Amino acid sequence: MGTGVIELDNISYNYGGGELLSDVSLQLQPGSFHFLTGPSGAGKTTLLKLCYGALLPTSGRLMAFGEDIATTDRDQMALLRRRIGVVHQDCRFLDHMTLAENVALPLMVSGRGENGTQENLTELLGWVGLGGRLEAHPPELSGGERQRAALARAVILSPDVVLADEPTGNVDWEMSQRLLHLLVELNRMGKTVLIATHDLSLIRAAKSQVQARVLRIAQRRVQLAGADL
Amino acid sequence: MSKGTIRNLLRRDTRADRVVPPTGFTAQLTLFVSGAMAFLAVFALALSLASGRLADRWASELAGAATLRINAPTDQRAAQTEAALNVLRQTPGVASARALTDEEQASLLSPWFGSDLPLDALPIPQLIEIIEGEPGLDAAGLRLRLGAEVPGAVLDDHTRWREPLVDAAQSLRRLGWISVLLIGGATAAMITLAANASLAANAQIIEVLRQVGARDRFIAGAFVRRFTFRALFGAAVGTLLGMSGVLLLPEASDAGGFLTGLGFQGIGWLFPALIPLLGAAVAFLATWSAAQRKLKELS
Repeated sequence: MGTGVIELDNISYNYGGGELLSDVSLQLQPGSFHFLTGPSGAGKTTLLKLCYGALLPTSGRLMAFGEDIATTDRDQMALLRRRIGVVHQDCRFLDHMTLAENVALPLMVSGRGENGTQENLTELLGWVGLGGRLEAHPPELSGGERQRAALARAVILSPDVVLADEPTGNVDWEMSQRLLHLLVELNRMGKTVLIATHDLSLIRAAKSQVQARVLRIAQRRVQLAGADL
Repeated sequence: MSKGTIRNLLRRDTRADRVVPPTGFTAQLTLFVSGAMAFLAVFALALSLASGRLADRWASELAGAATLRINAPTDQRAAQTEAALNVLRQTPGVASARALTDEEQASLLSPWFGSDLPLDALPIPQLIEIIEGEPGLDAAGLRLRLGAEVPGAVLDDHTRWREPLVDAAQSLRRLGWISVLLIGGATAAMITLAANASLAANAQIIEVLRQVGARDRFIAGAFVRRFTFRALFGAAVGTLLGMSGVLLLPEASDAGGFLTGLGFQGIGWLFPALIPLLGAAVAFLATWSAAQRKLKELS
């Protein structure tokens, strides 16, 4: 295996009696920026879930930060996940908690951050443009606000990798550009970024801001996309 | 599970506890079950302790006394009674012995024959009350001596009365403890069901917590604390209500018999204080075990 922060080596994944992904090999190098595209149902979300250990491959080898996921116990897996920030399309907030508590959730579960937590939180929410919404509850937020809050939660532990699943799926063009800008900014800070999206205009817009590698899932395999994008 | 793990699981962390939504039917179910079970446990405990006291009392009262019956023709009864009293005075382990008066014998028979029984006209045996002292009465030896010196004497050391009564009281005590154990088991089963329901209802929250890097210990801890403290509160209320009920029972009296003796005495009043703690311990173990199973299942 190589030097990638996340490495998939001949991974296959079966779902519902059929093979959804077949012999997928992929390396996410530190500080790289990737787009993962493909039609709906092609397996983009599944591939992301494999990357952060929410699913285990049917066959093949999956390494995260040099650890083989197959031999990692649940406690170690939790520690690995703290190094991977995930932004879901549906955000997945705890609706009974405030925005500030939701964003601070990774700090809370990792036992970090009594000192200076509030300052860091305010700064982070300010960075994503939600400085004035700390006490709001998730159902009170707009789609764009939710996505930005999800991004803030994904990066609050300063992870090495940020995985985003259709982060612009529920927002308008202007907001999608803003989210893209935030993700590019994270990449410039040295984070590895992988965005799963079917929005080709987002990929085109990103090309002027960052050197991104575009991968396409087609016929159960991951291929490097051509220049037609 | 180490002491440190238990301490960490129970250490209050209001922020961490907020990850589990505070409402839901499992909250009411846990409170109600632990309260109702604690209430029942107080009565089962009271029954068990009262039966224990009764068994001890019956055993000591009946064991400390014996009765000698003189079955002799009327003209020999006084002589045999005197001879028997003489034997008893010389017998080790007899603290005192006295012949019952005619009035006392009539009083003993009055429930069956009425108060105006002509005792002198009936062949009623003379009864002698024996109070045992140290080192205790050798009933077999006394019977042999009485057989030789007082042919009409029959010694009743109350064994045939005492044993069934003491057995009955001890059986009641056992039933009381079995009830306490069953109540504990039923509480554990109900809280396990409630914890499972809560864990299943919050599966999405568990997924989010896992995704942001929560260890199983953190997730289980949030549920364990919630259920343990609810059970502690519910059981405390149930115990207080149960003890109030016991306090309101009539005080023990000879006329009331066994039922009026149901309750706590002396240090026995401290035992119910353990019920909320035991309820919380049962909830802790039940929730911990349910959480471990569910988290494994969800991974």
